Amino acid sequence: MFDSAHYQRLGLGRVHERVMAGLRLSPEDGEALFACPDILAVGALAHHVRTRMHGAKTYFVRNRHINYSNICVNRCRFCAFRRDAGQEDAFSLTKEAVLQRALDDNGHPFAEIHVVGGCDPSLHLGWFEDLFRSLRELRPHAVLKAFTVAEIAHFARMEDCSVKDVLIRLKEAGVAMLTGGGAEIFNPAVRRRLCPEKITGSEYLAIAGKAHALGLASNCSMLFGHIEAHRDRVEHLCALRQQQDASGGFVCFIPLAFQWQNNDLARELKREGQPGGKEESGRDGNMDFSVQGSSPSPLSAPADSGLDRLRTIAVARLLLDNIPHIKAYWVMLGVKTAQAALLFGADDLDGTIMEEHIGHMAGAEAAQAMTRTELEAMIQNCGLTPVNRDALFRTVPVTREKVKEELEKLSSGAIS
Amino acid sequence: MIPPEGQPTPLSRSALNGETPAVAALARRLSAAHARHAGHEEQSALSFQKGFAQSPASLHKRNEAQSIPGDSVNSPTFDAFAQAAPEASSTGYPSPARVFIEGARLNREDAEILYREASLFLLGALAHQARLSLHPQNIVTYVADRNINYSNICVCACRFCAFFRPPGHPEGYVLTRPELDRKIRETIALGGTQILMQGGHHPDLPLSFYEDMIAWIRDTHPGIHIHAFSPPEIVFFAEKEGLPEEEVIARLIRSGLHSIPGGGAEVLVDRVRRLVSPNKCSAPRWLGVMEKAHAQGLRTTATMMFGHEEKDEERLDHLFAVRETQDKSGGFTAFIPWTFQPANTGLNRPPETAQGYLRMLALSRLVLDNVSSVQASWVTMGPHIAQLALYFGANDFGSLMIEENVVAAAGVSFRLSREEIHSIISRAGFVPRQRTMNYRLVDQAPPRPAAG
Repeated sequence: MFDSAHYQRLGLGRVHERVMAGLRLSPEDGEALFACPDILAVGALAHHVRTRMHGAKTYFVRNRHINYSNICVNRCRFCAFRRDAGQEDAFSLTKEAVLQRALDDNGHPFAEIHVVGGCDPSLHLGWFEDLFRSLRELRPHAVLKAFTVAEIAHFARMEDCSVKDVLIRLKEAGVAMLTGGGAEIFNPAVRRRLCPEKITGSEYLAIAGKAHALGLASNCSMLFGHIEAHRDRVEHLCALRQQQDASGGFVCFIPLAFQWQNNDLARELKREGQPGGKEESGRDGNMDFSVQGSSPSPLSAPADSGLDRLRTIAVARLLLDNIPHIKAYWVMLGVKTAQAALLFGADDLDGTIMEEHIGHMAGAEAAQAMTRTELEAMIQNCGLTPVNRDALFRTVPVTREKVKEELEKLSSGAIS
Repeated sequence: MIPPEGQPTPLSRSALNGETPAVAALARRLSAAHARHAGHEEQSALSFQKGFAQSPASLHKRNEAQSIPGDSVNSPTFDAFAQAAPEASSTGYPSPARVFIEGARLNREDAEILYREASLFLLGALAHQARLSLHPQNIVTYVADRNINYSNICVCACRFCAFFRPPGHPEGYVLTRPELDRKIRETIALGGTQILMQGGHHPDLPLSFYEDMIAWIRDTHPGIHIHAFSPPEIVFFAEKEGLPEEEVIARLIRSGLHSIPGGGAEVLVDRVRRLVSPNKCSAPRWLGVMEKAHAQGLRTTATMMFGHEEKDEERLDHLFAVRETQDKSGGFTAFIPWTFQPANTGLNRPPETAQGYLRMLALSRLVLDNVSSVQASWVTMGPHIAQLALYFGANDFGSLMIEENVVAAAGVSFRLSREEIHSIISRAGFVPRQRTMNYRLVDQAPPRPAAG
């Protein structure tokens, strides 16, 4: 059924042919994929590529997110996390508090420590260098993944030095990788409305390129589902692909669905009556059994965006032929949508994530943590094979439990 | 279904790599049957159009005409039963045999092959093809109703249930008439056309309590469609009163019952029922009640709650049992598969995945060739997967669910407004239309909620 005749009837004959031959798709192909009404045809193509690259492997990581501060000089309009210094619920963690979070692992060491926060003018690069050296000492086996490129640019401004110097200092302090955030949408007109103070799209790509040149890996991302057009998404993906051709350090692409609560952009779009823009309501889980009708929905994710999210993940897999991994970030997508995403091009679920604030403050609904066993069972129940990875997608070879199990087998004589 | 390490299972393998020979042969056969059907449909479109002008004579025609503000008895129906046989059959609704698409019936072995071996994308595409054969219009329907649980007092103690309270429990309740009245008024104000009434197996209430309740609703709110009492409740009433089930059904019909919901089916295999709901009626009795209701002209739905103690083959047993009953009595309007929600229940297992749900949904559409509609379950799977389900065989979005207590008690609390349901359906590429329980379309413009 999913043969070339089928795709020709859908106007995707060329796309199908090139996907089967492993050839690069053009921006026009990307737009044709967004325009195709048959979501299964698009998903099947992406899943084919995902299977060719990774088989049934589905990655997850035992990780710890640490949001060190929510004080930020930028005022990105989609952000529900940031605060001004001095605001009531502004916070900035002490070094001890950060270290405590990294150590608090119930005896199962994290393979990844993910550090991001606001562009906080009170925290200097030297503070982080010192912090990271301590982290590396305490948790030498965890890959330290820190900062979006927006934070890197912020440090360069604060320290009055080059981006390259910032990156070198961080690498020396033990950072192995940058996070993927801050990309949003590269299109300048959209970006001006989203995040006027933040670095531009070309700065984002340039800084990522510099990091790659220094041997620092990075992830990359796209924030979609707000005011951008499909064409903006395609151009964004193609810009990432072009940068990857040049510098090669992107490990994983993270499609981030715009969240609809507690941020200025969402409020603005709701006033304008954008699709998905709904009245606000709490998400405390208390069901209100009074009259429903057009009353507010507790869903932060616009209820009608399921197919659009899956399609965007699929198109990303198909266009980003040179980026190894696509993340179905379950914390933001929700568990069931993330499961479906594993058949629409994604091969990674991110992590057990002990603590997550940025998405949840904007209304992300999923629980904040899943245990490793829960994640593994869920992946298996999707017909896929769980692979425990570190931040750089290296398989975590021997877990502490595994060692214990082997030792027990040895002592009971099961292994001769 | 444990695969070799790292190899995709049928749940996860690529549909572009081709299918097994057995699956490919089945897919060819089904596609050819549906293509023939499409050609035949085109040719006879004119004669069908004549049928659109008439509505199927139904026992409840009078009620229906009253119940839907702005609805016309002459409004076009798109339901395959109605299209194929506008004339009434002796049982009060059109013969279901005409839904059957020649050459597309799956036998047990075919179904097993598809379930075991077909890629999920192929299953979805085959199910969508079957759905388009039965419902060629680009429409996805939904019903606006309110789930009124008249009581949570129940002696069943099903292990999957987080809603019930045993008799004597301080949280047990039976709704009063003023509460019922308020709920129904609100339902009508919100453009609702029916109430779905189910409760526990209350040990002390006589059948006359339910007769009085239904008659009171009929007399107080003559326009509302009363969709009530799943088969286990009917069986419970019959046993309590020492009456045959036929008599209970007849008495409830006389009181104003319009149709029976397909709840309490769980998995229609007694081994499974003994494990999860040992005090509820057996599978043959569940099916028997439906057959008896159909024989008295009631239409009903059929559900399946899966993802607990059942084996894969028992899921298929369920589908074939429903199909067999439908072949005999023909009154099922829709099949509603949904997934067990484990939180706050006595069964500890991970919830069914999106993949597992979509696979079962698609297979339901393919096996149940004689049941007109298949519903997506946004209440258990969430709106995103329900939207995807519209490409895996579902042609109906279920209910607006003005109130839903049972699934909410098990920790799932998705809620959708009418606007959201419309938007979900539209953005999936279909036209949203409100319908009645009998799958007749309600006027396009939803009535505005009354002020105050």
